[in-house]
Amino acid sequence: MTLRETRILTVEDDERIRTAVRLALEEEGWAVDETATGEDALTAFARQPADVVLIDIMLPGIDGFEVCRNIRRTSDVPIVMVTARDDTHDVVAGLEAGADDYLTKPFAPKELSARIRALLRRARSTDNVPSRIVIDRLELIPDEGVVKVEDKEIHLTRTEFRLLVELAVQPGRVLSREDLLQKVWDYDYFGDGRLVDVHVRRLRTKIEPDPANPRYVITVRGMGYKLQP
Amino acid sequence: MSEPAADQDTAPPPARKFGLQSSILFSFAIGGLALSLLLAGATLVLARQQLVDNREGAAAAIATNNASRLSNQLTPESTLESLPSIVDSLTRIEGAQPIVRLNNSWLPGPEIGREDLPLLLRIRVANGAAGQLITEIKGRPHLVIGIPLVAFDADYFEVVDLVDLDDTLRTLQIILGSAAAFTTLMGALVGLWASRRTLRPLRRVGVAAAAIAGGRLDTRLAAIDDPDLDQLTQSFNEMAEALEQRIQRDARFASDVSHELRSPLTTLTSSVSVLEARRHELSERSRTALDLLSGDLSRFSRLVEDLLEISRFDAGAASLDLSGLKVHALLSATLRSLHLEDTALIENQGALDLLVNGDKRRLGRVFSNLFTNALRYGNGISAVVISADLKHVWVAVDDHGPGVMVTEREKIFERFSRGLAGGQRGDDPGSGLGLSMVREDVRLHGGRVWAEDRPDGNVGARFVVELPRFNPDLEDL
Repeated sequence: MTLRETRILTVEDDERIRTAVRLALEEEGWAVDETATGEDALTAFARQPADVVLIDIMLPGIDGFEVCRNIRRTSDVPIVMVTARDDTHDVVAGLEAGADDYLTKPFAPKELSARIRALLRRARSTDNVPSRIVIDRLELIPDEGVVKVEDKEIHLTRTEFRLLVELAVQPGRVLSREDLLQKVWDYDYFGDGRLVDVHVRRLRTKIEPDPANPRYVITVRGMGYKLQP
Repeated sequence: MSEPAADQDTAPPPARKFGLQSSILFSFAIGGLALSLLLAGATLVLARQQLVDNREGAAAAIATNNASRLSNQLTPESTLESLPSIVDSLTRIEGAQPIVRLNNSWLPGPEIGREDLPLLLRIRVANGAAGQLITEIKGRPHLVIGIPLVAFDADYFEVVDLVDLDDTLRTLQIILGSAAAFTTLMGALVGLWASRRTLRPLRRVGVAAAAIAGGRLDTRLAAIDDPDLDQLTQSFNEMAEALEQRIQRDARFASDVSHELRSPLTTLTSSVSVLEARRHELSERSRTALDLLSGDLSRFSRLVEDLLEISRFDAGAASLDLSGLKVHALLSATLRSLHLEDTALIENQGALDLLVNGDKRRLGRVFSNLFTNALRYGNGISAVVISADLKHVWVAVDDHGPGVMVTEREKIFERFSRGLAGGQRGDDPGSGLGLSMVREDVRLHGGRVWAEDRPDGNVGARFVVELPRFNPDLEDL
């Protein structure tokens, strides 16, 4: 695998896990910076932004959610949350704090690498994406990663942007959660639908005039989501 | 689809003929009926007595008066021929007719003659005593008054038709009957209202209990301003509170345990993957050891996951993440995840778009377990059949194995059951929890699962999962 030095910043308080994960990720070809606390992670990120951040939720001091929110304030770097718990709450809270994806311990390093690669993809690699999509007051320029609402540029994370593009390529067509998981996150059928739900929610707060009554990204009950032309 | 032989839930005890509500309603109605009938009967008897007494008194007074006037106008020479003029001059009340005996002759009334008079009264009057009685003449009730005219050999009778009295009484009967019916109806309505009111708090308790059973553990009864029901509300809420706390405690424990177990597993998994990436650097012996380590590590991880899942089932903390799922897509994705062809997938009734309202992860695991089971103990999957009616979707997994003995069909769903180990293939024995989790997961979805013979007559087992069908037009997600 030929990878340019892609730097992954990991935050994990358990030293044994931290070391093992670093070894495994380096084996997969990534460069790893490891930190043990949220504070260290934020300092390290401020000094040298990473390409991907891997955050364990349970941390002493400021927790993983807080680290995630803090990084999100200044950066749209892909963030993967790691949880050892089953609480639905943790997963949704992590995604709402701005994470792009999550993994449950114990995860296979190959799976983690696949997640990271999926998140690092710039946009969809296909050809039939128009160079400019205009729907009502929403304007998308996929190649430049630009979204404008009422001529004002909106800041989206890479994942949010990819989600919007997938929906916008064929306005009015309903995409199931499974379709979106596959296209945006590169998951198979069994990916977690909550990823889609939370990202749609986040997307709405950024592009909808009234997120509670969405104009653009519409939920189709029992089916999935569509972009209303 | 045939009914499962062994998995019938115990039938509920036969319903009582009358529920509490019907009992209360009937009590009120029957009470109303009995009271109003009693009242109507008494009214009728008394009214009749009163009416008859009045009529008798009036008739007797007039008859006495008439008799004395007749007596005054009679002379010893009077004959039957002279009588009518006298009789016509007497006071006549409506429906009354006079009959007079003079010596041995009789002057009959317009419709009634001597022969209609009761014999006893005639004899009594002939013997010089006045008398009266009520009797039936020509099919109608009549009051007959007889007065001897003592100065002559003559008697005066007056016969009063009482049929109007009867009509009055009949009208009264109808009125009272209607009143009784009305009272009964009112009684029933009051009973209905009372029973509704009585049962309302019980209904609320029932709804709340169902909500808790359905997983909404924070359900509580709203306080009501009723000292009788306050106790019930309070006890119920305390019970719900205790239950919620217990379940949360158990769930938290499972969550803590999962954290403690998963952390070292993460270290192990990552470390083993480093070794595997560098297996070319290892000696033959080390490689064999690594393979053993790696194989049992994944088996142990699965076992931990299964046990955690089961502890959540037992704690009542297993939750569903529901969405409308296409059964066909789910099955075909599950087959692919096990690196199996989905050519075994057969649908009936063009079931390509059949939906269930399900938890993708759990249902995926259900079918993954059934498929793995067919591979491990059933010599492979022979068919996966989807069928449905309006309310259910059935997925049947057929295998090529020896089938499941009738006596084993329940046992195989128990935890750590090894009923099928005899026919086992491959070196991964599984956790022994697969089918028990299948059952728990299916139950969580409100469905059933059972084992039966293959219906096509070939040897082999069929596992059937029945799930409630989902219609997005009719329900909310």
